[in-house]
Amino acid sequence: MRFGHKTGSVTEELALVSPSKLAIDKVSKSFRSRAGTVLALDRVSLNVAEAEFLCIVGASGCGKSTLLNIIAGLEKPDSGTVLADGKPVTAPGRERLVMFQEPALFPWLDVLGNVLFPLKLKPNLTKKDRRDVAKYYLELVELTRFERANIHELSGGMKQRVALARALAPNPRVLLMDEPFAALDALTREQLYGDLQRIWKSRRKTIVFVTHNVREAVCLGDRVLLFSPHPGRVQEEFVIELPRPRDLNSVELATYASRITHALKSGAQFEAATAT
Amino acid sequence: MKRLFLAVLFFAVLIALWEWAFRAKIWSPVLLPAPQQVAEYLKTTVTDGTLVQATVITMRRLLIGYVIGLIGGLPLGLLTARWKVFHDTVGTLALGLQTLPSVCWVPLALLWFGQTEAAMLFVVVMGTLWSVVIATDTGVRHVPPIYKRAALTMGSKRLHIWLKVILPAALPFIVSGMKQGWAFAWRSLMAAEIFVTILTGFGLGQLLHYGRELSAMDQVIGIMLVIVVIGLLADKILFSPVERFLHRRWGTNP
Repeated sequence: MRFGHKTGSVTEELALVSPSKLAIDKVSKSFRSRAGTVLALDRVSLNVAEAEFLCIVGASGCGKSTLLNIIAGLEKPDSGTVLADGKPVTAPGRERLVMFQEPALFPWLDVLGNVLFPLKLKPNLTKKDRRDVAKYYLELVELTRFERANIHELSGGMKQRVALARALAPNPRVLLMDEPFAALDALTREQLYGDLQRIWKSRRKTIVFVTHNVREAVCLGDRVLLFSPHPGRVQEEFVIELPRPRDLNSVELATYASRITHALKSGAQFEAATAT
Repeated sequence: MKRLFLAVLFFAVLIALWEWAFRAKIWSPVLLPAPQQVAEYLKTTVTDGTLVQATVITMRRLLIGYVIGLIGGLPLGLLTARWKVFHDTVGTLALGLQTLPSVCWVPLALLWFGQTEAAMLFVVVMGTLWSVVIATDTGVRHVPPIYKRAALTMGSKRLHIWLKVILPAALPFIVSGMKQGWAFAWRSLMAAEIFVTILTGFGLGQLLHYGRELSAMDQVIGIMLVIVVIGLLADKILFSPVERFLHRRWGTNP
């Protein structure tokens, strides 16, 4: 091979990168609608530690997805700052990959093509390197057999696993997940909780996971932040001290979940009371 | 195999009916020649080169005009999809001109360009261009915004997004627009060739025209058959493989 120095790059590419530390400081964001201006986020501040799995829970419309988009760099805050490893986030980039509720896979590419997409945007990788890296992640999500499949031939759960492989492929420091399992059936979801915990452990990423499913948050997160809507604020914080891997159906998990659900409901009642 | 057999049988029956109508002398043989006479005509003109030459001339006009229409239509469609100003101006123009039957360009082309190849080309380009503009515009507008967001987070930037995400995502629309453009171009070229006698080369339309002038029904039917076969082949060779690929990838029903 002519480019001798590139032979080691697959190993290099697959090596663990240090996960990011996120600092969100007094971020506000409002949207204008026909009903007037809605304050989606009101001076939200939070920190995410390196390799932490943070879950954000809240009712729909509480601004949690907006916050995720701001961390991703897809939207700009009206005020406040987002720092990733001390550097301000101004635009989207492959250091912080996003998984959406819809898989958002590209139907004109097959499974392997989709996982290759972000890798083709990385410089200094040969064609073979990219394929090796893509295949590594397809193996990680146990879809090697389907690398030549078309997207429409996959089940919902398989699609999200491809999306996960695609998000992991460029080796980001942060994974931002916006209700990625909300559209899946309960059994598939439970299986994906297992997969995600296993992958998070082996790949060491900082994960911010947005959901409205409290049990999901407790099952996955080191920490669960409860968001209250109108305006979006951090209402309460719960540290989940349960050993991993966690069983979604365990009594301990259910106890945590009921505590958080209770807090969620009292927040909603509070909101209803102030609205009238 | 069975499908092929049935198709062959179907056309054999059609020709047999034709032959029967000729022998029964329902119409004068001047109006309805025997299948054999038409076959004779085709054989003679293929051997002496007239037909082959006419086909080559027609296809050259069609292909050149079509390619120009595509090269112009794709970027225009992208512009109208990307910027409101272009959508309101060029987009409206395209929509209006697309509803104009492309035959209607023939008189204008004749007055502007005279009896020249340019007149032919102009008509074909007009037949193709607007369909492609509108299909590209519609296709780009139908691309789910989530594709762009996903691509952005993966580090894709402006031009890369257009080439690698938006264009392929709009492909099903663009291909159907290209197909429609092809059909319009083909029809308008035939109309133009029948109307316009151009000394730089006789196309199929001109042969058809002279068939009528000479009341040579074998020629008229023969040329019509050739035109039908070219249309079929274009569909099977140019578009079918692409459409099959799209259906397979997107999982849409053929």
